[in-house]
Amino acid sequence: MKEMMQDAKPDFANWSCPLPLADYPTIVMGHGGGGKLGNELVEHLFLPAFRNPELENLGDAAVLELGGGRLAMSTDSYVVQPLFFPGGSIGELAVNGTVNDLAVSGAEPKFLSASFILEEGFPLAQLAAIVEAMARAAATAGVKIVTGDTKVVERGHGDGCYINTAGVGLLRPEISVGPRGAKPGDAILVSGTIGDHGMAIMSVREGLEFESQIRSDCAALNGMIAEVLAAAGASVHAMRDPTRGGLASTLNEIAAASGVGIEIDEPSLPVRAEVQSACELLGLDPVYVANEGKAVFFVAPEMADKILAILRANPLGKEAARIGSVTAEHKRMLVARTAMGANRVIPIQIGEQLPRIC
Amino acid sequence: MKYLTEFRNGEIAQRMAREIHAAATRPWKIMEVCGGQTHSIIKNGIDQMLPAGIEMIHGPGCPVCVTPLELIDKALAIARQPGVIFCSFGDMLRVPGTEGDLFQVKGAGGDVRVVYSPLDAVELAVKNPDKQVVFFGVGFETTAPANAMSVHVAKRRGLKNYSLLVSHVLVPPAIEAILSAPDRRIDGFLLAGHVCSVMGYWEYPPLAEKYITPMVVTGFEPLDLLDGIRRCVMQLEAGRHEVENAYERIVRFEGNQAAQKLLAEVFTVTDRAWRGIGVIPKSGWRLSEAYREFDAEERFQIAGTHTAESPLCRSGDVLRGVIKPAECAAFGKECTPRHPLGATMVSSEGACAAYYNYGRFLSAEELAGAGRTVLASQQVSESASRQGSK
Repeated sequence: MKEMMQDAKPDFANWSCPLPLADYPTIVMGHGGGGKLGNELVEHLFLPAFRNPELENLGDAAVLELGGGRLAMSTDSYVVQPLFFPGGSIGELAVNGTVNDLAVSGAEPKFLSASFILEEGFPLAQLAAIVEAMARAAATAGVKIVTGDTKVVERGHGDGCYINTAGVGLLRPEISVGPRGAKPGDAILVSGTIGDHGMAIMSVREGLEFESQIRSDCAALNGMIAEVLAAAGASVHAMRDPTRGGLASTLNEIAAASGVGIEIDEPSLPVRAEVQSACELLGLDPVYVANEGKAVFFVAPEMADKILAILRANPLGKEAARIGSVTAEHKRMLVARTAMGANRVIPIQIGEQLPRIC
Repeated sequence: MKYLTEFRNGEIAQRMAREIHAAATRPWKIMEVCGGQTHSIIKNGIDQMLPAGIEMIHGPGCPVCVTPLELIDKALAIARQPGVIFCSFGDMLRVPGTEGDLFQVKGAGGDVRVVYSPLDAVELAVKNPDKQVVFFGVGFETTAPANAMSVHVAKRRGLKNYSLLVSHVLVPPAIEAILSAPDRRIDGFLLAGHVCSVMGYWEYPPLAEKYITPMVVTGFEPLDLLDGIRRCVMQLEAGRHEVENAYERIVRFEGNQAAQKLLAEVFTVTDRAWRGIGVIPKSGWRLSEAYREFDAEERFQIAGTHTAESPLCRSGDVLRGVIKPAECAAFGKECTPRHPLGATMVSSEGACAAYYNYGRFLSAEELAGAGRTVLASQQVSESASRQGSK
């Protein structure tokens, strides 16, 4: 096996650290799964190639000093299938995803770009529905779509419609909420139930359809985050929206970036009963399932109740919960206290979450 | 939501754990046979609740782990062929063959799909008459009825483009192999609840009698597992060796007879190689003569695959309960979930991955420390919130 791996190793001579990538010489789906494989691409390929101080921060958005002001900039591509799902479409996702990346960086989102890669034969009526959804989402979030691009690829070379959005926002002064800011003692809050988006998509994915009431949680969080930052900005030490890879990946990333340990109380995690049931049925763990309208806050413990009250007063945060705390122990590790009173480590996932056989 | 919370009640669990503590006067080694039970024990931390002397040994019940490397290599070879739609349960995709895994075949252009039911693969065959659809039918008695049903339906519908790559394995012969081994270390068994839901548990009393070993049919929720362990310990302490059913809400003595009838029609008992263990006589199923035309190994004559196991991997010893995962020299070093050397590190049910993922690589002191800090910080936050309310 070991010899085999060495034989299969392609020439990575120009790469700074070829080893961690050596066992997958081609791109596999897991490289886009929000887990370890994707992180390795960033760390060992993109970072060394593009290295600069703005990139190295590795936040949800880059922080740019420009003309005396501080801007946040972020970009994301959307390739979701199916394009329309319970609770939204690729259009809302494309706007809200980038708005949220800016918002959890502490910025006030202002302007977005939108690029479309369309497949020959894609129905115009569907594109119109997507664009209308984007317009509605932008109006709700209070951002303007100010530039864009359209490309068409031959039939069979795309999946109907891919969208890329980029966004810029103004960073609030004296707010620092990057992934490195979590401190031992911080309380951890999540703004609502986890796993809704991922399971909504699963429920309508081809070959897997099951009947459910689960709807995507897709929403722009900038309004709710603005309320929290206005009331208690100095007490918020880190923020992130747990999208691909779910809550577990986000917490692991913050534990690693901040050099701290994270403890969560498993029974306190807000999970809808339908989502929990669907996860049980499919052999998935909701902590790894994607969200598109949730934020995680690392806050000074004495302010936790106040911030929780602010979140719960907002329609998007009604089910917000305090789920754990930051510790100086077991650094860079996420430990859950189970309902049985035992501990388990929740690792960052390797690639895609794989359904279990039985 | 029934069954989601009622068998996960922490207070009842603590009470059952106390009963086990009170009953156990001597060290006992108990093997849970099924990978789903291993997963649940580790995920819920059941093993942390047991007295020090009660040791859970993780048995060979993870289908991903025991599927022979040779068959994985065959799967890769078939999936690489043009015109093939290769369907599998999700966690088989990352199992390393001698050269790569199914994910890499997919990345290189192979049509590899995850399905939740083999009947979905049959539907794919109906919709794609110009393609050969192959389902990777692995697993124990639990997954067998659905696999059998798929070829049964394919035959009834006259499908010529559906086949099954079969590697079914059976629990009773594996238990007998473990019990009759010279380095046997197991005092009692938790029988796999879902296997018994199909097969019943009429096959086990002769084994319990012959090897003087108690066996308890056990479910998968935390309270099911604790009840199974408690009953097993009670039997051991009392010197009894019976087959008990602690999963009565699902399992009957005679099992699901409609499923057994179908299985007898579609499959024939055969010798089967278990990865890391070797060939166990009469320990698996292959397609019967009447269904031989649906056997992917017959349909695709795969020759010239080169199969080589890692020399470092001791997954066979882990599967037989001879060593714990962490006692393997490669554990957590050359072998991690990111770079698995053996199948036990791949599946989340695999004993090695379960240990690695759920913190068995922490020392006991570190784990205890982690527990203390959870409590300590809860106290801090409670007192902080009290101050806040003043």
